[in-house]
Amino acid sequence: MQSSAFMTRKDIIGFAILAALIFIVFPMVLDSFRLNLFGKYLTYAFVAIGLSLCWGAGGILSLGQGVFFGLGGYCMAMFLKLEASTPENTAIQSTPGIPDFMDWNQLTELPWWWEPFYSLPLALLAVVAVPVMFAFIIGVAMFTRRVGGVYFAIITQAFAAIMTILIIGQQGYTGGVNGITDLRTLMGWDIRTDEAKTTLYFVNGVLLFAVLFAAQYVRKSKLGRLLIAMRDQEDRVRFSGYNVANFKIFIFCLGAAFAGIGGAMFTLQVGFMSPTLVGIVPSIEMVIFCAVGGRLSILGAVYGALLVNWAKTTFSESFPELWLLGLGGLFIAVVMLFPNGLAGVWSEKVEPRLMALFGKSREDKPAPDGAPAE
Amino acid sequence: MFADYSMAELGAIFAMQGFAGLILFSVFVLMALGLAIIFGQMGVINMAHGEFMILGAYVTYLVSNLFAEYMPALFSMYFFVAMIFAFIASGLLGLFVEWAMIRHLYKRPLDTLLATWGLSLILQQTYRSVFGAREVGVSIPDWMMGSLPLTDLIEVPINGIFVMVLAVGISLAVYIMMFRSRWGKQVRAINQNRVMAGAVGINTEWTDRLTFGIGCGVAGVAGSAFTMIGSTGPTAGQLYIVDTFLVVVFGGAGSLLGTIASAFSISQAQSIMEFFLSGSMAKVLTLLVVVGILMIRPQGLFSLKLRK
Repeated sequence: MQSSAFMTRKDIIGFAILAALIFIVFPMVLDSFRLNLFGKYLTYAFVAIGLSLCWGAGGILSLGQGVFFGLGGYCMAMFLKLEASTPENTAIQSTPGIPDFMDWNQLTELPWWWEPFYSLPLALLAVVAVPVMFAFIIGVAMFTRRVGGVYFAIITQAFAAIMTILIIGQQGYTGGVNGITDLRTLMGWDIRTDEAKTTLYFVNGVLLFAVLFAAQYVRKSKLGRLLIAMRDQEDRVRFSGYNVANFKIFIFCLGAAFAGIGGAMFTLQVGFMSPTLVGIVPSIEMVIFCAVGGRLSILGAVYGALLVNWAKTTFSESFPELWLLGLGGLFIAVVMLFPNGLAGVWSEKVEPRLMALFGKSREDKPAPDGAPAE
Repeated sequence: MFADYSMAELGAIFAMQGFAGLILFSVFVLMALGLAIIFGQMGVINMAHGEFMILGAYVTYLVSNLFAEYMPALFSMYFFVAMIFAFIASGLLGLFVEWAMIRHLYKRPLDTLLATWGLSLILQQTYRSVFGAREVGVSIPDWMMGSLPLTDLIEVPINGIFVMVLAVGISLAVYIMMFRSRWGKQVRAINQNRVMAGAVGINTEWTDRLTFGIGCGVAGVAGSAFTMIGSTGPTAGQLYIVDTFLVVVFGGAGSLLGTIASAFSISQAQSIMEFFLSGSMAKVLTLLVVVGILMIRPQGLFSLKLRK
């Protein structure tokens, strides 16, 4: 059913088109402000790719991806905040040298768990390690007890709620509801200038492709096939002698790692991190990015994140009332009418027409993404 | 921390704290009952549950305005009328939603979750367009204002007692419907074995629709009761959804008694911890403990033995 090559010709064309869009078309067409905005949208694509693996392939719907996105973002923000809070910059505070929000909350010294974030390598490690550790703990606790499906979704959603309440409640340590703001430099390099933002956009694009290749590798490996088998007939996989829980834990951690990278890139490009990106609402919106793109397709996830966020910006600029209705309608439509999202519409409707138009016969090419079993 | 208070004062503080916990318990029970029917019996995740409650609250608001305008003499009794209207409005919307959306998705529970989330966004925006973004409060009839002095030190608010009485009444009503009525018997039969239930002549489609409608109607009544202790805004429903689901899951889906027991333990834990910690930390700890227990015992406190 699936070609065993790492990439079929169709995959290569898809990757090439996306690369052309991200690295050539967007930078040429968009001004610096819009390009930064699209860079922000692409950070959500990291999460959507992870969800495409967890949910589309593995059938594990996590409503707590915002937690991992936030953890990655906060790890990055903590490093940047410490760099911005030199004793000279914060001389007017009663305790110079600690982040401003700590001073406002009458803290007189840096909490011990902030200390490692003075070091860039440790902070970068934490961007991936902290979300993965969280995901691992949740995954081990849930999957070895065979909690899955809707229960998993509800409990991960509860985690998103817990995380938000915790961040807002502990404002002396986390910056509270405002988040960590006023980030300035990365190792002395000002990240607020237009050139820096353009550079970061390209870094983001390169990382996105690294993640896409990793996801593609997982999908084409034996693990990827086992995931799909588990989604469709979990017991049969278990009876064949596989330890289902371990595969689920791995894919959940991988999704968390992707989300953490996305969060860190968000912080770098947008210049702040706040609990509004962690909670229930952003987490479930991340699922819709993936669903709109087509839950089985990793490239679709990128397009979904771009499209939904672009629509959100456009509509909420001009018709703020309509946006929520539109988003709600999108949730319903994507579930009831297009369960395979844009990727499904493309491979079922557009592609056959294109083929017919150019008179090519492609009967040697099977369905690209392992169409769902139902 | 207790040294500054006399014994009598301490007793009063604990009694009033316990009473606050009981009000929270009533609120949780009211929120969770509708969901216990829908999620517990049908396995449908209704993310728009909070919005069905808010619909009930807005209906109560409208009815109270109508009474104040046209029948001021009967104003003290408007709440009972409002409750009936809230049940009908939320229930009808529930029937419609089941017909238009849910029945196509019974085999895809995760997709139901996403679709009902979409529905909740649409309902929120509708409320905002119709009633405005600001919170609205109803005027409470005179007899519900003030508080009842039990001793010199202990006072209990009357609207709190009223919400408690309502919670007990609605729980009893749901119990009777579930375990003493024909509909309840059919619902339980379908839950146990859908195919056999259909074979013995139960109209499973209609029972599903009715169950969803009744669950939504109960949510509407809950929302109506909430107007007595707080104001209503378009996004208020979203605040309840995590608590509500945790109460139902913690209690063990499908068990009415479990739902009530879990509402009791969660609300008491939260209000007792609120006395020692800040409100947000109490909430975080309570949720963490609940999630922790669910990880150890995924089936919840009380689980029904069912063949899947």
